[in-house]
Amino acid sequence: MAVPKVCGIETEYGVTLRGAAESNPVLASSMLINAYVEHRKVGWDFDDESPGRDARGFAREGSAPPEVETHLVNTVLTNGARYYVDHAHPEYSTPECADALELVRADKAGERVLARSMQAARRLLEPGQDILVHKNNSDGKGNSYGTHENYLVDRALPFAGLVRYMLPWFVTRQVFTGAGKISSENGAEPVDYQISSRADFFEEEVGLETTLKRPIVNTRDEPHADPQKYRRLHVIAGDANLCEVATFLKVGTTAIVLAMVEDDFIDKDLGIVGPVSAMRTVSHDPTCRATVELVEGGRATAIEVQWEFLRLANKYADETGLEHCGGEDVGTDVLRHWEAALTALERDPMTLDGRLDWVTKLALLDAYRARDGLAWSDPKLALLDLQYHDVRPGSSLYERLVAAGKIERLVTEESVIEAMTEPPGSTRAYFRGTCLARWPEAVVAANWDSLILDVGTEPLRRIPMMDPLKGTRAYVEPLFAECSTPAELVARLAS
Amino acid sequence: MPEREQKKKAAPKERVEEDVEVAAPAKQGEKLKEELDDLLDEIDSVLEDNAEEFVRNYVQKGGQ
Repeated sequence: MAVPKVCGIETEYGVTLRGAAESNPVLASSMLINAYVEHRKVGWDFDDESPGRDARGFAREGSAPPEVETHLVNTVLTNGARYYVDHAHPEYSTPECADALELVRADKAGERVLARSMQAARRLLEPGQDILVHKNNSDGKGNSYGTHENYLVDRALPFAGLVRYMLPWFVTRQVFTGAGKISSENGAEPVDYQISSRADFFEEEVGLETTLKRPIVNTRDEPHADPQKYRRLHVIAGDANLCEVATFLKVGTTAIVLAMVEDDFIDKDLGIVGPVSAMRTVSHDPTCRATVELVEGGRATAIEVQWEFLRLANKYADETGLEHCGGEDVGTDVLRHWEAALTALERDPMTLDGRLDWVTKLALLDAYRARDGLAWSDPKLALLDLQYHDVRPGSSLYERLVAAGKIERLVTEESVIEAMTEPPGSTRAYFRGTCLARWPEAVVAANWDSLILDVGTEPLRRIPMMDPLKGTRAYVEPLFAECSTPAELVARLAS
Repeated sequence: MPEREQKKKAAPKERVEEDVEVAAPAKQGEKLKEELDDLLDEIDSVLEDNAEEFVRNYVQKGGQ
């Protein structure tokens, strides 16, 4: 049965130390985080980390589970987010959110945290040096780094059932989740411009890896919650979005599809033959007219497969409701945006300029090509492609487009700034963030599903938070109001 | 477009209005183009100086 779609996004940002003899990305990432977290850093507790656990119940021979790098900078923020160095990139994991709109805000707040980090890191740099950060997924030279989504899923659902529908889902949702990219990488067919910056990097249908031979469906089984009740679907087949509408659609639609799979609502085989090559076929065609072969027979465009998913989603909304998909209001809004996007993609994708990243960037590149007569191979276009994702407010081309009123926003900037420090009220992130804000000295370490408090007397107290939907504002705000010390809080929780 | 021709013959007054309608989008198009030109000029002013060098030097370590 569908469980509430608690969700989050982790982004590995591109990082460059400019003006140094050698760009050391690990050092640059550490500097960013240290500069941002000026107060005492709260460590991350690694006890429950097990990224090598496979959702299928086994590990394939020769597969390499990622190492947990415990020696690198790793911290928790008062908004409930985790901010750390991962694989030579600064990574920002949003707090757990209860709906797509809240996650749009939390993800945008992450961009602002990185921008402020860059500003703060300047005082640590030598003259002539600069740290640049990009919210993108590839350097255009075959190196990719991820933007992952996470969704809470019912443990009772067999993993194979999930894979069956998630494969066609991830292949076809690219038409609105893509962040766009000039050219191709990783041995893919040459192309001028493609929809997704990540599609070229998927080489397997299902698997545990995340850094090589990337699978479309990742099987990492690390729920960060009660493993008897929950799974966490770790989605690695997505792009880093700047457009709020794109993030909203990416998360909101995926949440609804997952709920439909959990409720066994999809009565049709939507499978695609050869999903790995289909991933590229869809991404490589910005007209959105390329077709892929269906398991049921015949061919369809990604948009046609999406219409099927939407038809089912509308039916699901009528019959079951969207309470588990971020609530009725957000869920209904997702359906509305979804339909509008598919309609526009079918008629003319370029009308989604300002709403989807791949279209917005393509419109900018087209404008330059028209004005300056540039060939697709011109370095100026490659620079525009890169600088669209620059996180510095003054240099980000995306932010220039926002300032020019060309981008549709879904959340206010005030609420984004607030989300840099305030946790969402709808999940356990509220408990984590509030403890940290109120008693920074007492929080020794934190993890997604626990907090370790020093209450002044031995031993250290570990507070488990195995349910992402407990520890919300509604649950614990009265408790916080009654406790003036962490010792009181621990005593109250124990009683 | 026989329908449109008929309209033109039957109602010359409407045709004038039509002309106005056609002229308006053209003017709007010009305005949009001006805005776009301004935006591109603005973006030019914040673009990294040496595109070729910047793009060549942009190398990242692979991640997840």
